[in-house]
Amino acid sequence: MSVAFFMDGKQISVEEGKTLLEAARENGIDIPTICFHEATTSNALCRICVVEVEGQRLLQPACIVKAATNLKVQTRSERVVRARKTILEMLASTMDLSDAPEILTMMDEYGADASRFPDAQRRESEVKDDNPMFIRDYSKCLLCWRCAQVCADDAQYAFAINFNGRGFETQIGTFFERTIPETTCVLCGQCVGVCPTGALKPKREFLLEQGLTPDQISVLGTGRKKRKA
Amino acid sequence: MSEINLISLQAKLPKFIPLGRSGLLPALHATQKVYGWLPQEVVAEIAKALKVPLADVHGVIEFYSLFYNEPVGRKIIRVCTDQACALKGADGILRHLCSHHGLEAGQTTPDLSLTIEASPCLGLCEQAPAALVDDKTETNIDLETGAYNLGRPQSIVAGSLRLLTANCGEGTTSLGKYGKYTAFLKALEMTPDSVVAEIKASGLVGRGGAAFPTGVKWEGAAKADGDQKYVVCNADESEPGTFKDRVLLLDDPNRLIEGMLIAGYAIGSDKGFIYLRGEYPYILPVLEEALAEARMAGLLGKNILNSGFSFDIEVRLGAGAYICGEETALFESIEGKRGFPRVKPPFPTTNGLFDKPTVINNVETFFNVPFIIEKGAAEYRKIGTEKSPGSKLFCVSGDVAQPGVYEVPFGITLRELLKMAGGVVRNDIPQFHNSTEDVVRNGIPQDPALAGYHPAPQLQAVLFGGAAGAFATSAHLDVRLTFEDLRAAGLPLGSGVVMVFNETRDLRDALKRLGKFFAHESCGKCYPCQMGTQRQMEILDRVARGETLPDDALRLQDVGWTMTDASLCGLGQTAASAVLSAMKLWPELFVEGQRSKVG
Repeated sequence: MSVAFFMDGKQISVEEGKTLLEAARENGIDIPTICFHEATTSNALCRICVVEVEGQRLLQPACIVKAATNLKVQTRSERVVRARKTILEMLASTMDLSDAPEILTMMDEYGADASRFPDAQRRESEVKDDNPMFIRDYSKCLLCWRCAQVCADDAQYAFAINFNGRGFETQIGTFFERTIPETTCVLCGQCVGVCPTGALKPKREFLLEQGLTPDQISVLGTGRKKRKA
Repeated sequence: MSEINLISLQAKLPKFIPLGRSGLLPALHATQKVYGWLPQEVVAEIAKALKVPLADVHGVIEFYSLFYNEPVGRKIIRVCTDQACALKGADGILRHLCSHHGLEAGQTTPDLSLTIEASPCLGLCEQAPAALVDDKTETNIDLETGAYNLGRPQSIVAGSLRLLTANCGEGTTSLGKYGKYTAFLKALEMTPDSVVAEIKASGLVGRGGAAFPTGVKWEGAAKADGDQKYVVCNADESEPGTFKDRVLLLDDPNRLIEGMLIAGYAIGSDKGFIYLRGEYPYILPVLEEALAEARMAGLLGKNILNSGFSFDIEVRLGAGAYICGEETALFESIEGKRGFPRVKPPFPTTNGLFDKPTVINNVETFFNVPFIIEKGAAEYRKIGTEKSPGSKLFCVSGDVAQPGVYEVPFGITLRELLKMAGGVVRNDIPQFHNSTEDVVRNGIPQDPALAGYHPAPQLQAVLFGGAAGAFATSAHLDVRLTFEDLRAAGLPLGSGVVMVFNETRDLRDALKRLGKFFAHESCGKCYPCQMGTQRQMEILDRVARGETLPDDALRLQDVGWTMTDASLCGLGQTAASAVLSAMKLWPELFVEGQRSKVG
């Protein structure tokens, strides 16, 4: 069964059960996303993918709203653009986006001003370097939840990480701030793989960025071991 | 760290184990009662017993304001510094208390004897300023003399009707005095479908703030597939300025139990929950006792009165999180999780508590049910207006002569309500000159030749509907208090908050507190609200300090509309509502370099 509806005035048709985001992508319409990842449950929390749906009072997240017959969807209306631009500006005033090129591109596209909010409190945090596999730099974390999701029932069932604090003060954390080796972490690396902003980074990559040479890193005994010839 | 004795814990834990993860908040509460806080070793034991991952348990503790993962004082004083208390000098009380003990708000004495905190609204607004000292309230605190009323807060009930509040004002009404659950007995003689039909016919809509038709909700849950269904009472009353549910729960718990029983029968549920806000610990024993009494009388339990219908109710205590008043966040909390609201749809009627079909209603909504069933929808509709039938409780606080819970039929005007409450007052002039007529006519000049003449206090603003509401002015005095008239006037009825500010008040201070409230209470799940409440607070702080930057008004608009338009749940969607209404009414307050209009 397929459903036909309108996106930006264009009639499109997709298989029943597809989300507006999937429908847009199949039809070459760009809807930006941040928290969305194909391998994790969609929580609709970044709200960057919001679109205007006729008949709905509020903007709707395209990552979870399903396409339905005769729906009229605007993916770039004035309201949509204001929301996206403001969210991006707030992100830039909150965290370090230097390792998030996709978001920086998005900011250019929406004309988002990184210095829009003067005297804004930022989420700053020391780099946590407590295990041989990866580092955690929560100054770069935008709370997409992907790491916590793959660590839990979206993939690994390790349940090593959860949240500290709430609201603006939320941060990904472990049980009473224990180091990674003291948690149930199995060092599977999936969290690093889904991190969109370099908040989680392989130790080796981090050390190379710090200016160490591969040989120096081998001596440190961290990162990937060289296979013997 | 001193040795932690785990033996006292082991006696407490077993009763929570059958609840699994859902037993987490109750277990943490019980544990904190023993240790005063939640030490790591103890938390690890709880996690093991309830089979919840350690990181998750820690995440839960971190989410709720009333759980502590570091040592706190054996005595904790929480001084309300929210709107209504602020009008009555709460900041001074907090300052005085802190300097007396050499602490800052949020700090604990080195000997762990005392912690002092500033608290969001404690729901004691009509007896402001107020504090919660451990599990007891201190109300009408007098900064000069240090005097206060200790213990059970008063129930100040007034208005022109006593339908919902018939048993309120004179202490807890026992089952004996409440009498037989006649409405419930009548419902048992009806089919569940006809009970739902009667509620639908009554036109009752939810009183928690969203005004959803109650009968439609019940019908949805009744028709939903599922052998297990739930009835949940949202008693997480924490909208700043709201205190009606506190009065209803304390004084007439049987009316709630009866309302929930009828709901259970109507939708085919055998289990109810009352989710009580953590800042109302003194209501918990009242509810527990009323439930025990009802069980003894055979009105709760298995096969009630040989009808074949079984129903029982469990009380769950929140732990300091306004967001848990959002229905899906409340479910998460009962399930032992952080109070993150869920994405809707699916709605609670099909996927509610434990993913089962659920009816969730506010305390006041359930209070309407026995009357509707007993007297019939037609009789109920004789009260109020055609589109807003029934009576409504308003929480009147701030600068009025007689703050309290006012029960009135829908349809009276704001002017009439304020008149009932004795009109606008000022702290700085004698009250006897503030005749109600002055207020009603909004300041008819008195004879200046009279001794002790003072111009009548003027109404500057009413915060209407709560922190998530909107500001009204004297231009709104003739708006009729109905859903339809208020909607037309752009005023949300919300939880029935009517908080009055006289002409001497600096509204920028009120706005600053609104900003702080939402920043403190955002759960942090969706970006617009997580960051927007923080940015909004920062800008409103600047505005209050008179340090507004160029373009701050534009920033507030963009942040406000983004939260309103794009947030995931009702909290974010309304976190800018009052601020945006203030910007429309008093744009001059947000202009760069502008001092307060009242100085």
